[in-house]
Amino acid sequence: MAGSGTAHLRPGVERSLVVDDLVVEFRVAAGTVHAVSGLNLDLVPGETLGILGESGCGKSSAGRAVMQLPPPTSGTVRLGDNDLTGLKPRAMRRARARMQLVLQDPVSALNPRRKVKDLVVEGLEIWGWGDRHRDTYVDELLVSVGLDPETVREKRPHELSGGQCQRVCIARSLALDPDVLICDEPVSSLDVSVQAQILNLLEQARARFGLSMVFIAHDVAVVKNISDRVLVMYLGKTCEVLPSADLENAALHPYTRLLLASVPSETDAEQALDPARGGAEMTELPSPLDPPSGCRFRTRCPLATERCAAEEPQLREFRPGQFVACHHPEPPVEE
Amino acid sequence: MSTHLLEVVDLRTVFHTARGDVRAVDGVSFSLAAGETLGLVGESGSGKSVLGRSVMGLISNSAMTTVSGQVLLEGTDVHALKPSARRRLWGPEIAMVFQDPMTSLNPVKRVGTHLTETLRRHLRCSRSEATERAVDLLRQVGIPEPARRLAQYPHELSGGMRQRVVIATALACDPRLLIADEPTTALDVTVQKQILDLLGSLVVERDMAMLLVSHDLGAVAGRTDRVQVMYAGRTVESGRTRPVFAAPEHPYTEALLASIPQLSHPPHTVLRAIEGNPPDMARPPLGCRFASRCSRVGEECTAVLPALSVVPSPVAADAAARAVACHHPVLPEPVAMEEVGHGR
Amino acid sequence: MLAPEPVLVRRCDTRSALLVTGLLLLGAGSALALWASGTTVLVTLVRMLVLVVGIIAAIAGLGRLARAARGKPVDVVFWLGMTWLVLILGAAALAPWLPLGNHDDSVAGLTAPIFAQPGGLGADYPLGTNNYGLDVLARAVFGARTSILVALLAVLIGTVVGGLIGMVSGFVRGTTDRVVGILSNALLAVPPLILLIALGTVLDPSIRSIAFALSLLTIPSMVRLARANTITVAQREYVLAARALGANRMRLLLREVLPNVVLPVLSLAVVMISVLVVAEASLSFLGIGIEQPAPTWGNMIAEGQGGVMEENPYIVVVPGICLFLTVFSFNLLGERAQKRWDPRSAKL
Repeated sequence: MAGSGTAHLRPGVERSLVVDDLVVEFRVAAGTVHAVSGLNLDLVPGETLGILGESGCGKSSAGRAVMQLPPPTSGTVRLGDNDLTGLKPRAMRRARARMQLVLQDPVSALNPRRKVKDLVVEGLEIWGWGDRHRDTYVDELLVSVGLDPETVREKRPHELSGGQCQRVCIARSLALDPDVLICDEPVSSLDVSVQAQILNLLEQARARFGLSMVFIAHDVAVVKNISDRVLVMYLGKTCEVLPSADLENAALHPYTRLLLASVPSETDAEQALDPARGGAEMTELPSPLDPPSGCRFRTRCPLATERCAAEEPQLREFRPGQFVACHHPEPPVEE
Repeated sequence: MSTHLLEVVDLRTVFHTARGDVRAVDGVSFSLAAGETLGLVGESGSGKSVLGRSVMGLISNSAMTTVSGQVLLEGTDVHALKPSARRRLWGPEIAMVFQDPMTSLNPVKRVGTHLTETLRRHLRCSRSEATERAVDLLRQVGIPEPARRLAQYPHELSGGMRQRVVIATALACDPRLLIADEPTTALDVTVQKQILDLLGSLVVERDMAMLLVSHDLGAVAGRTDRVQVMYAGRTVESGRTRPVFAAPEHPYTEALLASIPQLSHPPHTVLRAIEGNPPDMARPPLGCRFASRCSRVGEECTAVLPALSVVPSPVAADAAARAVACHHPVLPEPVAMEEVGHGR
Repeated sequence: MLAPEPVLVRRCDTRSALLVTGLLLLGAGSALALWASGTTVLVTLVRMLVLVVGIIAAIAGLGRLARAARGKPVDVVFWLGMTWLVLILGAAALAPWLPLGNHDDSVAGLTAPIFAQPGGLGADYPLGTNNYGLDVLARAVFGARTSILVALLAVLIGTVVGGLIGMVSGFVRGTTDRVVGILSNALLAVPPLILLIALGTVLDPSIRSIAFALSLLTIPSMVRLARANTITVAQREYVLAARALGANRMRLLLREVLPNVVLPVLSLAVVMISVLVVAEASLSFLGIGIEQPAPTWGNMIAEGQGGVMEENPYIVVVPGICLFLTVFSFNLLGERAQKRWDPRSAKL
């Protein structure tokens, strides 16, 4: 199948989430936006999969399509034993609650007219309380995300800082005891010091609640730090799937290497003035309305050949656990 | 002092709001020479953007704002000038690159119009000369097919391309000082590097001074000669970029650097987060602004505001010497810091 | 390097200076306005100008006094407007129990003087009488009762019906939305006055039917506002988050969308009240609204037709000022509400 392949899936083991050939397309006036074209991924319990890519690569669309918000154009999503794509609305809403979403902008993800104590237990108001006692459960949730119940319980979102709002969002997601947490750029709108708080909190929550996580972000270092495996996306396709350990040296796909080279370093200024690196002439992201033939990265790839335009590369295993969709993978950097 | 292009002395910007006076910038001083790049780093609310705008003179005395202190641009106090005289500085003397290239370009004006308008207003050149210069500027900022781009509208360009146009507009009148306020925050990671490279090479080529305002410590680390770390409206640490980032002396700088995930760390490294939140600048605490979140807090920290004092160094005193505003700095040799208590 | 406390430059004058200038302005302004309204020395146009200048000076003086008292700037015009609203609404609500003269009994009016000049406070006819010998003050108060009741009723119908339709169509989208869009555009395309005249000839001139007719004017704009706000709110991430938690459409609409749409709709409703007060007055002026002798501000102004106004200007001036102040005050209130409740500024 186009571009990505399924070599990186692990059918033999117990998996909490399996996404098979996910396609997301939007109709716009100018044509069809190919946001995600055949994404495959799976998640074993307790694992964190990082999805790395720039804006417009379809990583957010993929995350939402997995949540069926809105449902994908085609492809299946299996959560535990449930195939979400075939369910009736009510059953779907029920099944989907096993999977939760944490969004980028925590302030706009909270209804401005409601109080924290109502926001965190919204899911339980919808699905029933079980044998939980409201006030104590609210406090438990707030404590578990590092908020002081006494000070925040009666507040509204605009009275809290961005980091506190993101904690409330995470508490709300955890309230329903989900199996899978999909985090869509959960720290990119936060300050550095707060970002660290939230990343640590997500790690704790994953361990404590036995979650599997999909962590979508554009920052290589952040993704590497929180993930077990990293999936690199470009224009709706998978470029590379690799273990996060030693990612900076092991990456083979030219796009992954470009992302790594874009991480700011202390020697940037000297490098920039080095004439050997060539001018700062820019390369443009092709339009997702009309993606390039063959390998979608070829228009920006320094190694592109005719074969890249004619034939779409498939994911192949290069090292144990590392899958690359490229005809000319770069040799790993020797230190 | 006259060797400096820009000299900022004890700048304070106070906003009079319904909640009371908010001291966004609270006594900041620095200087900047031609060809030099100074990084202003800090988190949101640290006052770094307000400082940038106050230096530019975009924020000045009004019914809602009080700016005190001096901003001397080649000896002229920007805030002592009449508004019309100050506007004449913008372009030939100081220019600014803003964060969001979409909102800093007028969507109904062509790319060329943005450039030629500025050129013709300040340089009083003819239309054809202006067009010629505009093409040249676009080429300098690395835009392919510059002549064709002049006729395009901002929405037809990508984010990185738009930011290049913004930079070209800022450079149109050969400013001596460029203030770049989070120039890459709205851009993609791969484009960020290109834009920072561009700004860096332009500073060298044109012998400009640049003030790079950013929350991205990584970007500032590799692109600036000196750095000034801001917290809650005040400078907590300043000095040459490399040593500051290699061995931070202020607990805030240290904690901030430790909270950033590094590529060289193995996965699942527990980050050192700074707990708590910055103070409310309408009611700043009595002592050190960072005291409530600091791991090295002592008794005097909550009572006495530490002044920014120069750390004695073997090199003769210069503007780039390390200065720290802390009662208990992180320091290998504690001898050097017996000079605290100035702030009383 | 010392860090002294910054000395803030306070541009606001000292309190006593504010008090003195405030008192002077208020006194001079009121005196000027009073003299201008009473004098016959000047041409009417100049008199009016002097009157306006006097009123503005008096308001500026009041502003300074308030600032001296509160220690910070006060929006005096707003508070004057609110005072007027409280007065007029209170008077309208309590009209039957107030010691007012004869307002609609034209038979009893036969024994009263016609066109009695305004006598001021304490006189038999504080604001004079009209051609039937009815008391103008009483008519102004009872007129307020009708005018405001009609406007409020119409706005209530318009807000509830229009708001609901707009919210549902903005949330459901699709065919429903298109049909609602066509209908509301069709309603907007009919000139309002012609619509009202047409309805006025069909319906009986009662408060209920006029309120119904006027509510038709408000529905399309309410639908539009509610729909636009719903579309914006429905795209906000908290709605997505609620869907991810499993909320169904009813819950999304009632718990997530409605609370965020209701305030902007209400602030438009307040502005609509003033529009409808004017619309009702226009209808009555044209004689297709509430009929004489029952008073409304519109038909009171209409009494000035046929040369009456030249002889007895108060016949028109009294309801005219009532109408002006009420509309102005409701607009101030609506503007304030929009500023306060605008979803864009909700974060601040």
